[in-house]
Amino acid sequence: MSSSILPLELADVSYGSNGQAIISGVSLRIEAGPSTIILGANGAGKSVLMRLMHGLLQPTGGTVRWNESEPASLRRRQAMVFQRPVMLRRSVLANVLYALDLAGVPAAERERQALAALEEVGMGALAQRPARVLSGGEQQRLALARAWALHPEVLFLDEPTANLDPSAAREIETVIRAFDAAGTKIVMATHNLGQARRLGDEVIYLHAGRVVERAAIDAFFARPASAEAAAFIKGELPWV
Amino acid sequence: MGAIVEGLRRVFQLDAELWHIVVLSLEVSLSAVLLATLVGLPLGALLAVKRFPGRRGVIVVLNALMGLPPVVVGLLVYLLLSRAGPLGELGLLFTPGAMIVAQTVLVLPIIAALARQALEDAWREYEEQLRSLGAEGLRAALTLVWDARFSLITAVLAGLGRASAEVGAVMIVGGNIDGVTRVMTTAIALETSKGDLPLALGLGAVLIAIVLVLNAAAQLVKEAAQRRFG
Repeated sequence: MSSSILPLELADVSYGSNGQAIISGVSLRIEAGPSTIILGANGAGKSVLMRLMHGLLQPTGGTVRWNESEPASLRRRQAMVFQRPVMLRRSVLANVLYALDLAGVPAAERERQALAALEEVGMGALAQRPARVLSGGEQQRLALARAWALHPEVLFLDEPTANLDPSAAREIETVIRAFDAAGTKIVMATHNLGQARRLGDEVIYLHAGRVVERAAIDAFFARPASAEAAAFIKGELPWV
Repeated sequence: MGAIVEGLRRVFQLDAELWHIVVLSLEVSLSAVLLATLVGLPLGALLAVKRFPGRRGVIVVLNALMGLPPVVVGLLVYLLLSRAGPLGELGLLFTPGAMIVAQTVLVLPIIAALARQALEDAWREYEEQLRSLGAEGLRAALTLVWDARFSLITAVLAGLGRASAEVGAVMIVGGNIDGVTRVMTTAIALETSKGDLPLALGLGAVLIAIVLVLNAAAQLVKEAAQRRFG
């Protein structure tokens, strides 16, 4: 655990499925520090790009390289929260314990860490409830608690609030800020521009599977360099 | 209808003898289902989770094995366990043990194949999350079995139905020996061939009632658990 698993280096990464290119020629360096927002329209390839980074998909071209070669260690030190969280059919607490078990945390320490993580997302009182009967917002907070307990160096979030109402979304954003404050690198896909501004430090703008722009958040919204990004911002703003 | 009533009256006059037949039937079938479940659920789960060359072929064969004729299984187990056979030294032939072995072979493909189907659907939902958390292979398979435990009850019940209904395999490897290996189905077959149709019908009604009670109990457990755990 001495050095960071970052930077993450993508070199000319492509991904295709059934002859259709979804990601083409993406080269990126993801550094520790600033929160990175992956922005783009539906179908731009945001989810696939994050899955390639997280290792859930293998690129069909190019390489994804972390600053850590041991796969098990690499897996333990990053986490991902999906648009639709998947909860195991057991209690809230047991869901977090399961993740800690897989991460190799000694049994004696799991419960304390799990409860601390549930407190962090404001779910301490729900620890014994069955996880599958929670509301969507609570399930997503549990997904974040599950990630929090693992103390990941990098947290990937794939449109974590897309299915939630505004107040649940705000609670999720609060937890994401806490991750950032605790030093976890945030990489989040969204097409919600307001959320991108609230949480992001830099933007990677994706269009048709290619990175067309990468800029600091304020510069991106003030003066988008590419025509695609300009059109996207203009098109999305009324609904923020 | 009158014959069934008459048969039931006769069945309950058999008391001790009938009791023994019923208990042995349950012992044999439940043991076989238990063994087949312990092997079949993880096997089905691994097939749902793992991608390997020849996987589709294995699934086709497994599905086909669901239709294994009980008499053929009985014959194969008979050859295996007969004195000259490879497992003859175990001395299992014409004992309840042999009947458990035969029924396990019959039931295993049913439980594994139905579990595979149910768990493959669940895996589509769980795969990314479990892989992200670092669960792969057998670990992921067992997590899946535990999480889908309520829907897997159906697969186990299908296995139990097969085990309690079949007569061909237990007849061949058990021999239908009175007081030793006689179970409900072999008793029904015997009474029918002796021409005592009322008694055969009565035994049949008892068998159906037992299966019904077991299924109702399983259904209640399943529904209560699903209300509780979502």
